[in-house]
Formats: sequence, C-alpha cells, structure tokens
Amino acid sequence: MSAVTLIYALLFYLATAILVIGVTRKIFIYARTPQPLKIPTAPAPTTRVGVWMRMAREVTVFESLFKANKWTWLFGWVFHLCLAVELLWHLRYFTEPVWFFVPLLQWFIVFTGFGMVAGLLGLWGRRFLVDRVRYISNLSDHLMLALLVGIGASGLSMKYLARTDIVSLKAFFMGLMTFNWQPLPANPALLVHLTLVATLMIVFPVSKLLHAPGVFFSPTRNQVDNAREKRWVAGWSAKIDNTKAAGN
Amino acid sequence: MADIETPVLGEYQVIPHIKQDTMAGSKPYIAKPEVQAGMGFPKELVPDWENVAVKKLGDLVSQSRALQVFLDSCVKCGACTDKCHYYLGTSDPKNMPVARQDLLRSVYRRYYTFAGKFFPKLVGARDMTKDVLDEWYTYFHQCSQCRRCSVFCPYGIDTAEISMAAREIMDTVGQGQKYCNEILVKVYTIGNNLGLPGPALANTLEGLEEDVKDDTGVDVKYPVDVKGAEVLVVTPSADFFAEPHVDGLIGYGKVFHAAGVSWTLSSHASEAGNFGMFIGSNKDLHKVAKRIREAALDLGVKRIVVGECGHAWRVAYSFWNTLIGPFDFLDQRYPIPQHICEFTYDLIQRNALKFDKSANDDKVVTFHDSCNVARASRMGNMPGGQFIIPRAVVRASVNKFFDMAPETIYESTFCCGGGGGLLTDELLDLRIKGTAPRMQAFKEVVEEHGVTHIAAICAICKAQFTKVLPYYKFPMDTIQSVHGLVSKAIRLGPVNE
Repeated sequence: MSAVTLIYALLFYLATAILVIGVTRKIFIYARTPQPLKIPTAPAPTTRVGVWMRMAREVTVFESLFKANKWTWLFGWVFHLCLAVELLWHLRYFTEPVWFFVPLLQWFIVFTGFGMVAGLLGLWGRRFLVDRVRYISNLSDHLMLALLVGIGASGLSMKYLARTDIVSLKAFFMGLMTFNWQPLPANPALLVHLTLVATLMIVFPVSKLLHAPGVFFSPTRNQVDNAREKRWVAGWSAKIDNTKAAGN
Repeated sequence: MADIETPVLGEYQVIPHIKQDTMAGSKPYIAKPEVQAGMGFPKELVPDWENVAVKKLGDLVSQSRALQVFLDSCVKCGACTDKCHYYLGTSDPKNMPVARQDLLRSVYRRYYTFAGKFFPKLVGARDMTKDVLDEWYTYFHQCSQCRRCSVFCPYGIDTAEISMAAREIMDTVGQGQKYCNEILVKVYTIGNNLGLPGPALANTLEGLEEDVKDDTGVDVKYPVDVKGAEVLVVTPSADFFAEPHVDGLIGYGKVFHAAGVSWTLSSHASEAGNFGMFIGSNKDLHKVAKRIREAALDLGVKRIVVGECGHAWRVAYSFWNTLIGPFDFLDQRYPIPQHICEFTYDLIQRNALKFDKSANDDKVVTFHDSCNVARASRMGNMPGGQFIIPRAVVRASVNKFFDMAPETIYESTFCCGGGGGLLTDELLDLRIKGTAPRMQAFKEVVEEHGVTHIAAICAICKAQFTKVLPYYKFPMDTIQSVHGLVSKAIRLGPVNE
C-alpha cells in the first residue's frame, strides 16, 4: 500500500470521526439547552404542523433571506442547491448498488459544479464590494469561501481537464467503509479535492458551518405561537411556582 | 445636547455607506450606586469583573438555547446589515445587527469555542477588556430590542436576545444603566414606572371621570382597586399622565362603559410595562410580572385586559403564562390575557359599539405597528391578527385611513427609535436618528395621501414620537392613541337609540 493511500485513509477516518462526533456533540448541546421563554418571531404558526412548514420553507427556499436581500439569496440559494445535488451525486462513490435516484441527477450535475462555484464567487464578491459586508467579514469568512471554491474548482478540473479513475476511487472509499483498504489513484487534482473536503469536515463542528444544524434549533423559527393556550416552561422558568408565593 | 443633527429625509429610504464610530459617544448614564443596590446589583464595577463577566456569559449561554444557537450560527451573510433603524439613521457600522452581536460573540468565541481559544485573530475573537465592556455599554444601549433583524435573518438570530444578555452581564459586574434601573426601583417601591403613588392615581382617575362627564354627559367610571370587578385592566402608567396616552385610557373606560362590563385598575399593579425584559434580568422580569397575578387574585377578577403598551403586551402575551401562570382562577372563555384592542374589536364584530366616525374627520390617519406587538406577540386567533385587529379598531373610528409603505409596516415595521429602555434624554441624538426610517415612511404618506396623524398602541412609541416628531417638522400631537380615536368616535348610551 502506498503512502498516499495510507495518509488519505487515515485522514478520512479522522475527518469523519471529528465531523460525526463534533456535530453530534453540538446537536446534543442544542437539544439539551433549555429555552425558558416563548420567543418565536411573529407572525408565527399556531400549530406544530405550521412550524414544520415554516422550517421547511426556511431550509429549502431560504424564505427569510429572500425577504432580506435578493442578491445574497440568489447566490446563497444557488450555491446550497448545487452543493446538495453534488453531495447526493457523490453517493455513487459510497454505495453499491447506487441508490435509485442518483443516476437521475446526471441531468443536473452538468450545471451544479459551475453553479456552486458561481454562487460562491457571488457571495465572495459581496464581501469585497458591499462595504457593510466587508466590514463584518473576518479572515475565517474568506478562508471558508476559498475552501469551498477550491473544492468546487478541483472537482470541476477532474470532470473537464484531468479525469480521474473513478472506479478505483470508488473502490478506495468502499474499502474504507468495509475496512478492506484499496489503493487511492494519485491524481493531483483528486488529492487536492480530497484534502479540502477533509479539511471542511474537520472544521465543520468548530465553525460557522454549525448554521446547518443550528437553524433547526432556532427558537424564533421552531416555536409554536401558542403562549396563551399552553403554558410553556423550560429551564429556569420550570422552577417557577406561583401557587404558594401568591398565597391563595 | 446642542449638536443634534436631524437627518434630512429624501425622496425614499437609502441605505447609507458605513461611517465608523459616528455614535461612539452615545451612551446612557450609568446607574448610581444606590440604584444598583436597590436592584440587588453590585454598586460599582466589581473586582475581577472580567472573569465575573465571562463566567456570567457562560452561564447565560448554558441556560438559553436561543443564545447558544444564535452565537454559533451566524455566517456573516449580511442579510441584516441594512435592517436596523439605528444603522439606517446613524451609518455607524456597529449598529448593524450582526456587528452588534459580534461585540459579544467575539468574547464568547474567545472563551468558549475551540476556534476562538486557539485562533482568535482568524475568527475575530477578543479578550474581555474594559474597552470591550465600554463598547458593549455604548452599543447594546443603541439596540431597542425591536427584533426587525430577526425577521430577515436566515437562522432567525434575534439581536434582542443578545442585547438583553449583554445588559444582564453589565448589571452583574456593576455597570448598570441609570434609566432602566431607576424605573425598576420605582416599580418596586411605588408601584409603577412613573412613580405615581396610589392616592395620586385615585385623584387622577376622579378627574378623568369629571372631564368625561363634562364632555359627554355620561357617567363613565375609571375605577381603581374595586374588588369583584369583572376585568382587571393593566396599562402603562403613562396612560395616567400625558397626552396622547390619557386619551387612550379615556377610550378604554368608554368602551367598558358601552359594553356594560365592570372593570378596575389596581394600585398594586398600576403598571403594565416590564423593564425587567429590557435589562435581560429573568428575576426582575418575573418579579415585576408577579404583581399582576397578585392584583388579579386580590381583586378577584375574572379577566385581565392589557392597555396600549408594546413591550408590556409582549411580556403579557408571550411570557405571562410562563411567568405567572397557570391562570386557572380566571374565566377560561376569554383569552388570558386579552389586549384592549382585542376587547374592542370583539365588541365591534358583534355590533355592540356605536361609532360616529365623522368625529375624527379632521384627521387622516395611518397606523404605526409597534415592534413588540408586531414581531413578538399576536392578537386574535390567527397569525397576523396583531396587524389586522388594531387597524380594524382604527378604521371603525375614522373615515380616512392610509397605510405606510408595505416594507415599513406589519412584521417589517420600523421601531419608533425609543424602545428597549432607550427613552431617556441623554440618548436623544440616537432617538432622533433612529426614528428616521419611520419618519421617512410617514413623510411619504403625508405627501401622497395628506395623512395628518399616526396612531399607535405603545406608550414608548407615543412618548418617543411626541418628542421627536417636531425635529422632523411635524406637530407633536401628530401621534394619537388608538383608543384616543375610539374615544372621539364612540357614541355612548343605548346602542339602538
């Protein structure tokens, strides 16, 4: 087994462990932390089903962002949609036989690689061109965009410039998953792509990428507006006992 | 302040370019030691305050899912950057919601996140220093907790929650705000925000009865501490004082009179406002609210109705059931609590009130959605009832009504510029600049439709507008209470006569 195969095998075990453990830990913290008061941003749904629909709109079409800024929405939504399709498309490297819907995505992946990079460049452009967004950008915000653009660009280069041996690649990942290691094709573009993806997985639990699980726990979006009908208590508010204090 | 420069309103709202530190000098007075002591806060900056502050921050985050999620999730997309009225009015970039949050997030990151502990420069993490504390004091007192940013944030991040936490930390280390803390001390010692003692309240109400009698010839009652009344009315103490607030109170009395429902105010709970929310203190939020439960039980009422007050309605609608419930001792057939607009609207729907709208024909009216009502509460049984119901009450009372631009009303409403504990004279510059987006939208309907008056259902909005309207060349009495309009138009006596 080559050093490259060994290094990348270990890298992906490490990255997967950090991603899974790190994000699970954060989700556990979000779930465990109480929300003592009702604070949905009104007007809010008055039923649980209504909240699901609000959340579904928020995470599929970015409803609030659409209200806020059409350019940011356009770039952000195109990027996320393309990324989602690409992630599903990449399932073909991890599943055998591939799931039924994956082949259907080949109609879209012609666009999604470019769409992803274009969306990212649009978002990045705003960080330079709009003075307000420039002001709030930290170095990490630029690096995150660079990382994602790098992932997209290296992926595109394998598709259109230096094709890689995807049969061997699939064997490598299937091998990782079954602990039956297979050699990784040492294509430079592929190695760059994989390094950046592993980096993304590693920084995920300690970065703003936590917005992905975070949005589902956001009380302004996931609470039902029924404060009058149903008494809500959690955390410190669960310790309130008015019955004795009021002396009745 | 001599150097206040009123923003010049243009044809339409523009998003200004950032101008750093334009508001760095705007901060409220720090609470005096005796006020801090009255609140149970340290009298002055405690020794080792940096660590106390950092620890308090950690405690608050572990007790609030909102804070935990909001501090982690921001991606700096910029969606909120042009949404805050204080940014639009001042151009100070630290008044952009995300930048305001970052004042606290930077400290959270430094002490409580991997990235901030090991790569502070990369993620903009900062140590807790006196400069940081002073910056908090300056800019967390330039947030009216109006939640407009939270409408537009893709993750629903609500700067109000962060600003409340920052104020709670500042109180904990001994750097409290004079205006809010003095008011809370007045609530605890005298019973209301304005410090009006019980006997004076009774006098005021007697005077109102005489005025209304002179005006209408009808014996409308303004009762206080009447045991066994059907309804306890809890209203901001401003309603006992000045125009246009008191017109609203007169209106409530007329509506109850016309409905034939007995009601009473309480000298024990002669204040609906709850500044415990503004300073982010759960303890005070609960303590102030508890007076209302006590008054309701003591007077043996069946229902509680809340007068025209924005943040009070948020506390009442969203928090009372949690803080001072369960309300099993009240009549379950009515909403608990009920807003005075819901009460009046219900009567209008049932044709139980008689109006002569022409009494308000000297006015062309628009309605200002108060931030806490619009974005933190509800009226009626449908989402958005808080927009529909007060407008319906206004329209029942006036012939001529026009809404302001859609992007400035409903959940996108602009704060009056004085909410969240900022309604104090030393912040007048901020208040004048912060109201600019609201004034812009108002000016447009004035020019387009000849609007003469703006109606509101919040004591802070009314006080703020009374003060700042003249700076924009509008008369002080442009601002009206919704129930002031009701009061003018309502016809008392048997409905069918």
